[in-house]
Amino acid sequence: MTAVDDRATAASSADGGPRMEVGNARRRKEDAHLLTGRTTWTDNMTLPGMLHLAILRSPMAHAKITRIDASEAKSRPGVIAVFTGQDFAETQGDIPCAWPVTADMVNPGHPSLAVTQVNHVGEAVAVIVARDKAAAQDALEAVDIDYEQLPAVLDMEAALAEGADLVHPNTTSNKSYTWVFESGAAGTGQPIDDVLNAAEVTLKRRFIQQRLIPAFMEPRSTVVQPVGEGFTMWSSTQVPHILRTMLALTVGVPEHKVRVIAPDVGGGFGGKLQVTPEEVICALVARKLGKSVKYTESRSESVMSAHHGRDQIQDITITARRDGTVTGLDVHLLANMGAYLRLVSPGIPVLGAFMFNSIYKFDAYRFTCDGVFTTKTPTDAYRGAGRPEATFAIERIMDELAAELDMDPMELRRKNWIRHEEFPFTTVSGMTYDSGNYEAATDKALSLLGWDELIAEQARRRASKDPVQLGLGISTFTEMCGLAPSRVLGALSYVAGGWENAAIRVLATGKVEVITGVSGHGQGHETAWSQIVADQLGVPFEDIEVIHGDTQSAPKGMDTYGSRSLVVGGIAVVKAAEKVVEKARAIAAHMLEANPDDLDFAGGNFSVKGSPGNSKSIQDVAFATFTAHDLPDGIEPSIDSDATFDPANFSFPHGTHLCAIEVDTETGRATIRKYVCVDDIGEVINPLIVEGQVHGGLAQGIAQALYEEAVYDAEGNLTTGSFVDYLVPSAADLPSFITDRTVSASTTNPLGVKGVGEAGTIASTPAVVNAVVNALRPYGVNDIQMPCTPERIWRALSEGAEKSSPAAAGTVAHGGASTSSSDGSDAAEGGRL
Amino acid sequence: MIPASFDYVRPSSIAEAVQAVGSAGEDAKVLAGGQSLLPVLRLRMSYPDTLIDLGGIAELRGVREDADAIVIGSMTTHDEVTRHPLIKQYAPLLAQATETVGDRQVRHLGTFGGSLSHADPAGDLPTVALTLDAQLHVEGPNGSRVIAAKDFFLDYLTTALEPGEILTAIRIPKLGEGWSSHYEKFNRVAQAWSIVSVAAVVRRDNGAIAESKIGLTNMGSTPLRASAVEGALVGAVVSPEAIGEASSHAAEGTNAPSDLSGRADYRNHLAKVLTKRAVLAAAHR
Ligand SMILES: Cc1cc2nc3c(=O)[nH]c(=O)nc-3n(C[C@H](O)[C@H](O)[C@H](O)COP(=O)(O)OP(=O)(O)OC[C@H]3O[C@@H](n4cnc5c(N)ncnc54)[C@H](O)[C@@H]3O)c2cc1C
Repeated sequence: MTAVDDRATAASSADGGPRMEVGNARRRKEDAHLLTGRTTWTDNMTLPGMLHLAILRSPMAHAKITRIDASEAKSRPGVIAVFTGQDFAETQGDIPCAWPVTADMVNPGHPSLAVTQVNHVGEAVAVIVARDKAAAQDALEAVDIDYEQLPAVLDMEAALAEGADLVHPNTTSNKSYTWVFESGAAGTGQPIDDVLNAAEVTLKRRFIQQRLIPAFMEPRSTVVQPVGEGFTMWSSTQVPHILRTMLALTVGVPEHKVRVIAPDVGGGFGGKLQVTPEEVICALVARKLGKSVKYTESRSESVMSAHHGRDQIQDITITARRDGTVTGLDVHLLANMGAYLRLVSPGIPVLGAFMFNSIYKFDAYRFTCDGVFTTKTPTDAYRGAGRPEATFAIERIMDELAAELDMDPMELRRKNWIRHEEFPFTTVSGMTYDSGNYEAATDKALSLLGWDELIAEQARRRASKDPVQLGLGISTFTEMCGLAPSRVLGALSYVAGGWENAAIRVLATGKVEVITGVSGHGQGHETAWSQIVADQLGVPFEDIEVIHGDTQSAPKGMDTYGSRSLVVGGIAVVKAAEKVVEKARAIAAHMLEANPDDLDFAGGNFSVKGSPGNSKSIQDVAFATFTAHDLPDGIEPSIDSDATFDPANFSFPHGTHLCAIEVDTETGRATIRKYVCVDDIGEVINPLIVEGQVHGGLAQGIAQALYEEAVYDAEGNLTTGSFVDYLVPSAADLPSFITDRTVSASTTNPLGVKGVGEAGTIASTPAVVNAVVNALRPYGVNDIQMPCTPERIWRALSEGAEKSSPAAAGTVAHGGASTSSSDGSDAAEGGRL
Repeated sequence: MIPASFDYVRPSSIAEAVQAVGSAGEDAKVLAGGQSLLPVLRLRMSYPDTLIDLGGIAELRGVREDADAIVIGSMTTHDEVTRHPLIKQYAPLLAQATETVGDRQVRHLGTFGGSLSHADPAGDLPTVALTLDAQLHVEGPNGSRVIAAKDFFLDYLTTALEPGEILTAIRIPKLGEGWSSHYEKFNRVAQAWSIVSVAAVVRRDNGAIAESKIGLTNMGSTPLRASAVEGALVGAVVSPEAIGEASSHAAEGTNAPSDLSGRADYRNHLAKVLTKRAVLAAAHR
């Protein structure tokens, strides 16, 4: 439960000092306009003479385009033009990939409109331009295309095999890259092979990270208006700044002639961290015709064309001493890139490279990842991006190791995690964790769950062969947030930095504008930034306006993803505010006829040390600066400031998530009975926003564990093409979460914050699956492939004894890269309507 | 997506509607709540040139008592069905099953008649109509007729409605003294369709089942009655063992589909488990 208070809780703090905004559960400033519709979604935009686009998409997973005849479509009523890839072959460039993870990474190129070949179902092949949206969509079926079908490439292992069909004719294999980290070579630990060879206990497991669809609420939408030599684009994007730079490079318009605006954006979860073919197509068409254009996707288009997430095969080897001390971790990933490399596709699994070792102390570690091309929708960032996959694998295999050693899974974790007195701690993957207290979070979580009573209940149900069994699952996780120190990004071959910018303007009337380079799309930046600045400058929360998401009004930034907004962008705001105060101090000193060093600044007032009555408010200073009638010599008439902040390190939130789940052994249904999480995200700016982020994150992580999976059939069609078959759980399907926090302030930033945007998603998936497996272990079950559907659980139970034999160690009913749902349930045609 | 363009007619009486359907010809479609039809049109899986909207016909809406039955207008929305006192009293199975349909928005627009006419075997209400031995009143160019539910559902999305015919009302016999019912729905998320569901209506006599009607959702191309179970239940003591034994016949004579939400063998298994649960729950009401 979180107390909600619109006003500051008290006029002053207990010690009589000024009231503080940070820490208050303020209701979000932005909600009123979002909820009442007094807002601007991209699709609401209407410009004079605007034309509408409809995109014709490939019905084939893999085919050569042998002929396109658009003449009939061009003659349809209301149609202005039809363009195909050939029309833009010279001008469209390639969708940029900003993360060439290795020097020899293969990037076959990614045209926005397919020119000679299609490589996944849903790929754009032609665009209709018409006077209205209906006319554009009506003309889609009049475009006549001949395809010469090629074999679909769906299974990653088959795709890498000798003689496999190639996705791209201009490559020699379906492998894009191999990225390796090894602790011996890196000097962060012992050589892995030594440790593997000397192991007392070795456990190998294969886990499947199923493919997920980001499923943001607002479908993607783009409006482009040609302006002079360049254009303005409104787009439902997380990354207006990255988009601006990349668009300039892709379509060849100078960067200063491109303006990108992300108006209110209805969610992204990484799915809008992209430079999309649709955005490029809009820019190309608008420029070609000299007209404003709009394109808004349907949900059906979104699920097959917007990038997907996850989709890895994880082969994990863990070694330990018989006493339970872990020694080595060897990770091999096959990461499905899909048909193309998009903005950060290759880097997503690599972001997990530093997190497989998690909170544990390994002697040696190796991470190898092969990026693989298939004829499926490209993958890229999805909430957590690499870290949920890593956390899942380590937390699952810790449970399996505990079972192997006949140890309590929590005892195994305690034995191996970094103790709180050991911070700062440099891990075997080379990360330095600044702070944390795994003991504290875990103890709190255990008591909130009522672990001991539930264990007793589990024993009773086991003894009585209750058809409903109880399972308890643990996830003691950490993650790296705050993407990112620019130097680290450089070392990882990312083509940009990870700094963030903020500017503060104090207006004549004392009101304050905060310009931020992060681009919120549902997170509550406006509220949180207002709270931070209210404290920094001592001005009322209501007097602050936060400006973001427009490259003209908020010109400098690296946008919102990777739980970076507060940890990097929020710190930039603090730095800018500090500069404002310093500039104001000089002017206040002049007004108070005192030495600047003799002034105190508190609660928005500069006062002369020792005589608090003798003071000037920051608003007084702002007005004096505005009139500039009497400023000290040589001082500029402005207290506005800006700052660019580059973090020295990531931040490392952590926490303990516990899940109690009831598994109905007759139907296979798993129902979460109780879910407890104790997150340590450092200091909290707004507990209500944190609560919202945690709840939403949990929902998405639980969704991976129990509900969601993008399934392709043997021809490469996405059979989960609508929300009838791609099951996104709602509040009705989830328990009431019990959330709490511990606070180990981050030592690497002045607010002590760590980031919370992805924590729930990263932590919850293994907690839930561990609980399901824990419930069923007496039945000989040691894994269930995600999502743990009732059918999969039922099958695992039916086949349990057989599957638990060592030879079959690994996933139950594993279907490789799943050319069909790995249960073979590929018969689904269409869905319910 | 936007549907292809169509003409739109909104008659205000059944007679006008029949007339409008007749004159619109082959490619006309009747529009009820639109909860199944509109997605079909938006995905351009169907291109009717005329839609005849039944939403303006007051006489198609509402619930009334008629001797030993209740009569429900075909355009009565799911939401009205779940809240109507006559239905709660005389056909609680229908109220219970309808409450599981989709979500609140769907239930405020979707109609009982639309659901039966659409005849999706995964739909919950066709099963209820079949289990309760409903009579379907139909009005068409050749006048009116009554079709028993058991003769109405012919195949996947196919009913006994002739071209031009409109379903006007559904007559459901009142649940008699000593009868009780339960709808056991099994789906994966709250708004999802049934993987398998079971409707059970039973009459208890002296601690045993005297009579029963068992309906199955999504175990074939139409809703089905589990007649082997109905037979086996006669005289079965109300105990998990005896009911379980009778329920083990639930998959007999069915033809369950295999799709993303379950292969046929899993559905066969579910049918048995859920039948047992439905019968026990009904018998304990
Ligand atoms: C998100 C969602 C979830 C759903 N979940 C479920 C569920 O769990 N269980 C379930 O049972 N259903 C479910 N449905 C379907 C819902 O019950 C629909 O309302 C129902 O299937 C169709 O009713 P309608 O009134 O909307 O009919 P419409 O969509 O308007 O029409 C459906 C078809 O029936 C024809 N028709 C309609 N009325 C008549 C009439 N009086 N005479 C002749 N023909 C007619 C139409 O021409 C059309 O072919 C769901 C729908 C949605 C959108």
